[in-house]
Amino acid sequence: MIEIKKLTKQADNKLILRGIDLSITQGETVAILGQNGAGKSTLLKVLATLIKPTSGLVKINGLDLKKDHIEVKKMFGYLPHSSLLYDHNTPLENLVFFGNLYGVKDVENRARKLVNDVGLSFFINEPVKNFSRGMIQRIAIARAIIHEPKIMLLDEPHTGLDQGAITILNNVVLSMKEKGCTTLMVTHDFKQAAAICDRIIIVKNGKIADDFKINSQSLSLVSEKYQVLVEGGS
Amino acid sequence: MLRAALTIAKKDIYSELRTKQVLGTMIIFAGLVILVLSFAFDPANNTTKAVIPGAVWIIIVFSGILGLNRSLVSEQRNETMHGLMVAPMDASSIYLGKFMANFSMILIVEIVSIPFLFLLFDFKITGSILYFILVLFVGSFGFIAIGTFLAALASNSKSSEMLLPLLLFPMTSPVLIGVTQATKIILTNMEKLSTALSWMQLVAAYDVIFFVLCFLLIEYVLEV
Repeated sequence: MIEIKKLTKQADNKLILRGIDLSITQGETVAILGQNGAGKSTLLKVLATLIKPTSGLVKINGLDLKKDHIEVKKMFGYLPHSSLLYDHNTPLENLVFFGNLYGVKDVENRARKLVNDVGLSFFINEPVKNFSRGMIQRIAIARAIIHEPKIMLLDEPHTGLDQGAITILNNVVLSMKEKGCTTLMVTHDFKQAAAICDRIIIVKNGKIADDFKINSQSLSLVSEKYQVLVEGGS
Repeated sequence: MLRAALTIAKKDIYSELRTKQVLGTMIIFAGLVILVLSFAFDPANNTTKAVIPGAVWIIIVFSGILGLNRSLVSEQRNETMHGLMVAPMDASSIYLGKFMANFSMILIVEIVSIPFLFLLFDFKITGSILYFILVLFVGSFGFIAIGTFLAALASNSKSSEMLLPLLLFPMTSPVLIGVTQATKIILTNMEKLSTALSWMQLVAAYDVIFFVLCFLLIEYVLEV
């Protein structure tokens, strides 16, 4: 599904990604862990086509990220820490706008269903600027999946969320996984990573320091490996 | 590409009609400039006529900058620009959408402010209204095409509101010189229409070249 070979990214003479090699199969839910500045978000932004890599090859479903970027973008649902929503617009207007950009059919009904699914149908015609962080993130989740993506790219999605929003987000990830959606999640929240992911990648100084599968939501294994590799080594 | 651009333009115009933040400011600013000019130059004096073509473009340029500044800076709130960039379209669609929205807004400002200017100065067009509309269109097109691109470039800077005029005035000076000369002839002295047409051709060529250049280069400007 996702093939990354010798991926590097240099910015202002600083090498942020130092030759990432990674292969992710369809339906996997992968957490990317690492210290601040390790290159996790940069990796996600390269995949989301927000940043051009300096060198290396990225293939998504056999398509080249650079050459076939429009086809590749259709497969992605990107959820960064920011909401990517227009404050003055209502949830419905925001979702219809993004749905139209993705060419979603019957977009208004799809948007209404998603707003209902994230539990905000009562606020469907309220401007987003009046919402709390948790409510905004729920709409942001709906925005990211409006076009039923095949790959979800989540950048610290749990930060600042209340328990209700965390549950909704985790349910979305798990239900998308059942549909065969691949998820890449950059996070500092080990508990959530262990709860919903089946593979952990630890990034250190722009390189993959460890890559392992976890079973039975083993939080202790994740914490142990992280401490040895990142905190113990620094 | 055009569908995505129209969606973006529609969103911007709809948002503007709802908030009236930028358009309102642009129209009020244009009104104030006209009012100040009417105090500075006696409308009863015949020599005042010579000021009108310049006044038309002063209004367009300065109120236009207000709109251009906001059009891309507004996409930084909640990083909505990233939302546009990850959508399945070329960066040129974003540019085209923003251009269409900015161009529509400057046309609205022109429709409101220029009749007000003529009314306040008791100015009667002795030339051709059709040619005047054409020169407004050609000049505004070039100014907004370059302005939208430079606004995208400046929006990444912390002092974008200061940076945009510094970049925009030198780049659009051929357009502004050409259209001011053409407007002067068209409004006051139609005998020299061929000279005005030459100026307009020059500006139109400049418009096309820069529109295509901006269209091709916007991808590099928008990169995070």
